[in-house]
Amino acid sequence: MSQLPSESAALPAPKKRKRKYDYRRYHPLLIMMIPGLIYLLINNYLPMFGIVIAFKEVNFAKGIFASDWVGFKNFEFLFASNNAYIITRNTILYNLVFLVLGTVFSFIVALMLNEVKNKFLLRSYQAIISMPHLISWVIVSYLVFAFLSVDNGFINRAILPMLGVEEDIYWYTEPKYWPYILTLVDLWKRVGYGSIVYFAALLGINDEYYEAAKLDGASRLQQIWYITLPIVVPVIIMMAMLQLGRIFYSDFGLFYQVTLNSGILFSTTATIDTYVFNGLTGSGNLGMSTAAGVYQSIVGFILVLTVNYLVRRKDRENALF
Amino acid sequence: MKHESPVLTWVSHISLIALSAACIIPFILLISASLTDQNAIIRQGYSFWPQEFSTAAYDYLFARGTDILRAYGVTVFVTVFGTTLGLIITLLMAYPLARAETPHRTLILFLVFFSMLFHGGMIPSYLVYAKYLGLKNTIWALIFAGVLTNGYYIMMMRVFLQGSMSKDLIESAQIDGASEYRILWSIIIPTSTPILAVIGLFTAIWYWNDWQTGMIYITNPKLYSIQNMLQRIMQDIQFIQSNLQANSNSAMAQMPRDTVKMAIAVIGSLPILLAYPFFQKYFIKGIMFGAVKG
Repeated sequence: MSQLPSESAALPAPKKRKRKYDYRRYHPLLIMMIPGLIYLLINNYLPMFGIVIAFKEVNFAKGIFASDWVGFKNFEFLFASNNAYIITRNTILYNLVFLVLGTVFSFIVALMLNEVKNKFLLRSYQAIISMPHLISWVIVSYLVFAFLSVDNGFINRAILPMLGVEEDIYWYTEPKYWPYILTLVDLWKRVGYGSIVYFAALLGINDEYYEAAKLDGASRLQQIWYITLPIVVPVIIMMAMLQLGRIFYSDFGLFYQVTLNSGILFSTTATIDTYVFNGLTGSGNLGMSTAAGVYQSIVGFILVLTVNYLVRRKDRENALF
Repeated sequence: MKHESPVLTWVSHISLIALSAACIIPFILLISASLTDQNAIIRQGYSFWPQEFSTAAYDYLFARGTDILRAYGVTVFVTVFGTTLGLIITLLMAYPLARAETPHRTLILFLVFFSMLFHGGMIPSYLVYAKYLGLKNTIWALIFAGVLTNGYYIMMMRVFLQGSMSKDLIESAQIDGASEYRILWSIIIPTSTPILAVIGLFTAIWYWNDWQTGMIYITNPKLYSIQNMLQRIMQDIQFIQSNLQANSNSAMAQMPRDTVKMAIAVIGSLPILLAYPFFQKYFIKGIMFGAVKG
């Protein structure tokens, strides 16, 4: 505890039992926090106890505590089925691809933004490319539908005939196309936003470095190679590492809404989050979904801790804690 | 004066223009499709320019305007109320955590922090809100099960306050006999407008765009937000015919289903896109602020 170090150090301390906190004076600060603490309790802490339901035969009518205990049966069912493998694989692989491609493209775009001198153009580019980040996945699903609709979609009706393809492609029932579609849509929504994050990091580089390099006759590309990259890349790698801790959590909106929750696409579009949700709404197995949710919470927690530990060893500044 | 390679500048401009185009083009397809005659769509599909211009889809939807307006009413209420309440709670949480004198500060910081690391998940949350608090099919579910506040916002605001508040000013106010509430109101809040604006904007966008909460907790179409209505219509176009009542007889005409689908998406996204130029500056500042230290 670092409360008032100067004061306590100045005291000769004849009595060891000094009150640790000055409640009389500072209780208003505690009172202020009551609404927030209540909300955190209800919204975050109560549900944590709810993970016990993974060990029960869930019955919403009876409630959590009245449902019967079944031990690890829900987990046994989940891992005995192929589903656990598919949703884990999909969640991790998509996140890895999104992370690598997203970081690389965002960073390239950030470097390009850094080359724009004209303030008005710079602001316009930033505003336009961050717009996809602003709209909801529901709207995105309509935009994607306008391209992929089997009957009227722009691709089936305009692009395929141009390429000489006669037959329609049934996009929403063909799993094999979705890894590409989802990656493209994810990049579309995120690259602009990410580039602005990295652009902020580029702005932090002291201009004097560039001035000095210029005096030495370095070209712009050399400046980027020898000044910008060495300074910024370690930061970016750390940021990417931290995102790695979230690899067990998928973007629900992308995988549920953009795919229109089409069951036929399960093998390439189901992730842990959509699986849990479908269990909750009744189109899946509730017991197994609850088990999947707990599996996600626990493995996700371990991953965040591990990644943070690794980042912290390399670079304290950028670690979360 | 660090720019000196014209080739690099041109490559950047061309790429950025291409990227900007890629961000806008899908919206053009959507708008064009919504303004095309239904029969032309059946002949040629959605295209970037209406072959046969028609506002039939909008006429059809405007005749059912009351339900769409009510959905917007839900969205606006949830956004305004949720953002205001959320900002108050976040500030009241972050400010004491920024002050060194707060009793049990370390413990409470840990509680906030741990809430960011470990989640109970969707199903336990559902049980808490729906079964124990009875919020299912109420507008409060949209607000409280949404993102009223979270550890990330609290930490972000705390970092800002630690940097911006002046210890001397607080001490002199205490000597003058100001209460802690008075100090918060008269000294802290006026100097915190940038962070309040950033977190307020992000909370508001979150509430405006939220459809997942509604999908979990709301089954009554009268309580649908606009995003929920869009989500339902995407899954089931018949929802319009069975749930949105027409106000006049002329609108009993057959639904131009393929164009209506596009028109409702335009109606659903237009307000935020029209408002965007006015707040884009803060949106981009907010993204940058979050990047500098989360």
